[in-house]
Amino acid sequence: MTEFLSALGHQPFLQTALLAGLLASIGTGVVGSLVVVKRITFLAGGIAHSVLGGIGAALYFGLDPLLGALAAAVLSALLIGWVRLAWQAQEDTLIGALWAIGMAVGVLFVAKTPGYAGDLMTYLFGNILLVPQRELWLMGALDALLLIVIGLYYRQLLAVCFDEELARLRGVNVTFYYLLLLVLVAVTVVLLIQVVGLILVIALLTLPAAIAGHYVKSVGRMMAVATAIGALLTSLGLALSYEPDLPVGPTIILLAGFVYLASAIASRLIARRRTRATLHPDPADGESP
Amino acid sequence: MTETSADAVIRVAGVSFSYGAEPALERIDLTVAEREFLGIVGPNAGGKSTLLKLILGLLVPQAGRIEVLGRPPRQARRAIGYVPQYPGFARDFPISVEQVVLMGRLGTGPGFGGYRRADRLAARRALEEVEAEELAPRQITTLSGGQLQRVLLARALASEPRILILDEPTASVDQRLESDIFEHLRVLNERLTILLVSHDVAFISRYITRVACVNRTLVCHRTEAIDSPVIEALYGEPVRRVAHEHRL
Repeated sequence: MTEFLSALGHQPFLQTALLAGLLASIGTGVVGSLVVVKRITFLAGGIAHSVLGGIGAALYFGLDPLLGALAAAVLSALLIGWVRLAWQAQEDTLIGALWAIGMAVGVLFVAKTPGYAGDLMTYLFGNILLVPQRELWLMGALDALLLIVIGLYYRQLLAVCFDEELARLRGVNVTFYYLLLLVLVAVTVVLLIQVVGLILVIALLTLPAAIAGHYVKSVGRMMAVATAIGALLTSLGLALSYEPDLPVGPTIILLAGFVYLASAIASRLIARRRTRATLHPDPADGESP
Repeated sequence: MTETSADAVIRVAGVSFSYGAEPALERIDLTVAEREFLGIVGPNAGGKSTLLKLILGLLVPQAGRIEVLGRPPRQARRAIGYVPQYPGFARDFPISVEQVVLMGRLGTGPGFGGYRRADRLAARRALEEVEAEELAPRQITTLSGGQLQRVLLARALASEPRILILDEPTASVDQRLESDIFEHLRVLNERLTILLVSHDVAFISRYITRVACVNRTLVCHRTEAIDSPVIEALYGEPVRRVAHEHRL
């Protein structure tokens, strides 16, 4: 850990990586909270995985793979949203199919792109240490976009997450805001792919918000706390992986998974103790060691 | 029926609706006058909730016409406060009662940004009206069934509606609370038109002005006419028999 801190002082690539992690945390906290309360983790997983199709196509045609990822993510968000709204009966089958088809398209394109086969792992599992500095600007711009859209339409997005029928009866265009939410998820997925790759995205998107959910009482606070937890987890993961030279993405995800588990158990115990305290107030409570 | 066309707030004419091949409602006619308190009764799966959803514009009739306040239901729905039978949200959602009631204010004011002062005042007034203002900071997870029912009523009132539609609002609360809620509704009826679905016709007859019996078809009775044969017919053999008698 101390070695990481001293290296951080004079290694620009570490500073860039740390900054990339912090920028990704904003998307994680803000959009991840909506994903968790709306319970659309499976949809988000579908969007994340089918992004490989866009990355593969961009590589094959010699375009920026990140732009390909963004285009594919938005396209797949709209497709998945349409499936959910129009084909509810077969929703999970169709989303599972889109999930796999997107990946298959990506693998085929990458296989036919000369010299790129080795880089597939980078997109699947990410490498925060390879984020080029100019990409921080793109990440910052995507964060700004997320914050502006959510700031403007928070009421409607929250209502669509909370109670679609009520939102519809109050004249909110539920279809529009639902698709908007999925597009926000798509943008966040692209942000996070930089850090952990598209296979692990779903964990980084949902775990910080789920941890925050154990303790907060409003979605707004959930967003703030989840952002802070995301920032802590990515920074700590980066630091822990530095000395033993571990891949950063999986380290961050394992750390997040561990913290989530510990928090779930702790919050369950706290809730049980609270119920017991209200049911049987124990006069000797203060005396126990 | 006494209402003239001038003061009718809801007009349903010749409406039929079916889910797939299964007809739910057939050639329904119903006119609701301003400040009426209409009870809607009938057996399970008889089409009560379907009728409400048609009036709210959540479903579109396959035949016939519906007008609410002289407009198609979808355009008029912001003037309706709706209290559903089951809350359409997860009870463990991290949200306070005040925020839930504020959602009743959606569709008023500008389309972006946060809630305004007027919205907060309206939400506060709605909570006071159902005597639940002390619940405002509570999490919805911590509410009892009766408290949640008041909050849903407050949410419907927060939009300052002209019509209040309630689907079995007292299905999950005890008898004392049920009378409480109906006393609130009686007061609200002084300024609002109310439609209420219930399974308990004997109980609601003390409050309502007219009862509509829905079982695929619809027949109205004035409350004075709800005597024991009618109630027996409702609870004993199918309501359809009542309907047939009245179709003469």
